[in-house]
Amino acid sequence: MRRRRETGVPAPLLVPAAVAVAFLVLPLAGLLVRTPWADLPAQLAEPAVGQALRLSLVSATLATGVSLLLGVPLAWVLARSRARGRSVLRALVTVPLVLPPVVGGVALFLVLGRQGIVGRWLDEAFGVTIPFTTTAVVIAETFVAMPFLVISVEGALRAADTRFEDAAATLGADRWTTFRRVTLPLVAPGVAAGAVLCWARALGEFGATITFAGNFPGTTQTMPLAVYLELQSDPPAAIVLSVLLLAVSLGTLLLLRDRWLTRSGAAA
Amino acid sequence: MTLTAAVEVPRGAFTVALDVAVAPGEVLAVLGPNGAGKSTLLRVLAGLLPPDGGRVAVGDDVWDDVAAGVHVPAHERRLGMVFQDHLLFPHLSVTENVAFGLRTRGVRRAEARAAARGWLARVGLGEMGDRRPAQLSGGQAQRAALARALVGDPAVLLLDEPLSALDARTRLTVRAELRHHLADYPGSTVLVTHDPVDAMALADRVVVVEDGRVVQEGTPAEVSRHPRTDYVARLVGLSLLPGTAEGTGVRLDGGGRVAVAEAASGPVFVAVRPESVALYLARPEGSPRNVWPARLVSATPHGATVRCELDGEVPLVADVTATAFAELGLAPGVAVWATVKASEVAVYAR
Repeated sequence: MRRRRETGVPAPLLVPAAVAVAFLVLPLAGLLVRTPWADLPAQLAEPAVGQALRLSLVSATLATGVSLLLGVPLAWVLARSRARGRSVLRALVTVPLVLPPVVGGVALFLVLGRQGIVGRWLDEAFGVTIPFTTTAVVIAETFVAMPFLVISVEGALRAADTRFEDAAATLGADRWTTFRRVTLPLVAPGVAAGAVLCWARALGEFGATITFAGNFPGTTQTMPLAVYLELQSDPPAAIVLSVLLLAVSLGTLLLLRDRWLTRSGAAA
Repeated sequence: MTLTAAVEVPRGAFTVALDVAVAPGEVLAVLGPNGAGKSTLLRVLAGLLPPDGGRVAVGDDVWDDVAAGVHVPAHERRLGMVFQDHLLFPHLSVTENVAFGLRTRGVRRAEARAAARGWLARVGLGEMGDRRPAQLSGGQAQRAALARALVGDPAVLLLDEPLSALDARTRLTVRAELRHHLADYPGSTVLVTHDPVDAMALADRVVVVEDGRVVQEGTPAEVSRHPRTDYVARLVGLSLLPGTAEGTGVRLDGGGRVAVAEAASGPVFVAVRPESVALYLARPEGSPRNVWPARLVSATPHGATVRCELDGEVPLVADVTATAFAELGLAPGVAVWATVKASEVAVYAR
């Protein structure tokens, strides 16, 4: 039963690779080692924990919903439209991917804040203020996370065989019907993967949220914000919250394992 | 309603400039090598590619008229199209695939599904409706694709290399079935293919396209008997004779018998390539199983060979070298003996 590969891994690659694995895995192991497992149920039962968790789940899910509604059409435009300036558009759209989230938060604040360009108008016309509300959390998370969805769906659209769309057209389907009944189902795995990625990114959002939405328990204090706060006042609580986030992340990864951990399901 | 199209589309090195007309019930084969512009023509007819110049119309219904600024998009044309690799939607069942074109045109779900099931039964897939396309064999998928194209009673049927993705054995069966369905279809059919056998077996008329131009047009028999270019001669020399197979012999519908190597039964086409026909002035010695008296009707030189059209009990086309042609003293009207080895006769189910 010996099936050894012809070429082993050369030492100059093997050693750094092993170090990289240790570097990625050890902190997580450390987190689990230091977890006060005995106190875990009690800590999780804390109302503040439940509040932060609920807020995180709700806002990340809302942000993912908004991203799907706006991001899938945007991905279609990027992948299918032949308009000029498309590459510029793609660059603009993906800026939030590389932008430090804090900068995103500042930018959102300058636009949607009470003195901001749009924010002032919203305040004067409707009496609506966005910063430091749960709405602001959702907006901040959407700003940071939507590009992940757009990139993922655009890739799936590019990989999809456009001749199916030709076939649909010869069967009397206009472009909107074709999108709904053929294109979208064909790229559904890509959309699902993008949505999960987007959701995970939104769940972990910190910088833009604390800048634009603040840190108010119950309305804007999501799990990552709670972890940061507790680490200064009550480290064991921070560890428990961290383990909870880790569990959610691992769950996400398990959900996507067929798609990402085996490279087979890539081009759906 | 006759389909008429005269279109121009620039395509890299050359411009595709084709002019075709297809009567109702007629099957036109567009035959040519890969890259000749055949599929471009089909995409223009389908409305997937707007032409740069020209006009496409079905009866009084104008689909494209560049001068008048008319372009009817694909989804508003009453047509059905079959693609080389079926392109059945993988996320829909076979029945839903066939019903798709009816649903987009506003037919109620139950009615559309009933019509789809009817067509699936007609193409021999009555039991397969609930399957996914991935669970069908290549031949089954192409039958389903044909049902999907025909279910909406289209005015025009476009077939883009419908058999070329199939393996040799399946191709024979599907080709024979396709012939029956095309015979029943009342609209205009345009079949694009690079396989002369498809063109000969399925089409009423053939246009041969090279570098975006029509180089020859006529019935399959005319084109194979009087090829106008070397390319056409090489491509469509085949004599295709209908008959009924009885074991290793085929009784031709036009009279005469042909011995074949592979046993078959039922209605078939016998195909003989012109280079496998040998001509003699006297009945050849020995006992070749296929030997027929014939009269030379016409001779068309192409390259180093001469294409000879023979008349007789078994009408054949023969290619002989220019030297042999001269040595035998062949000329129109001369009586000859034609022989073909049984092993060089192909048999296709009809």
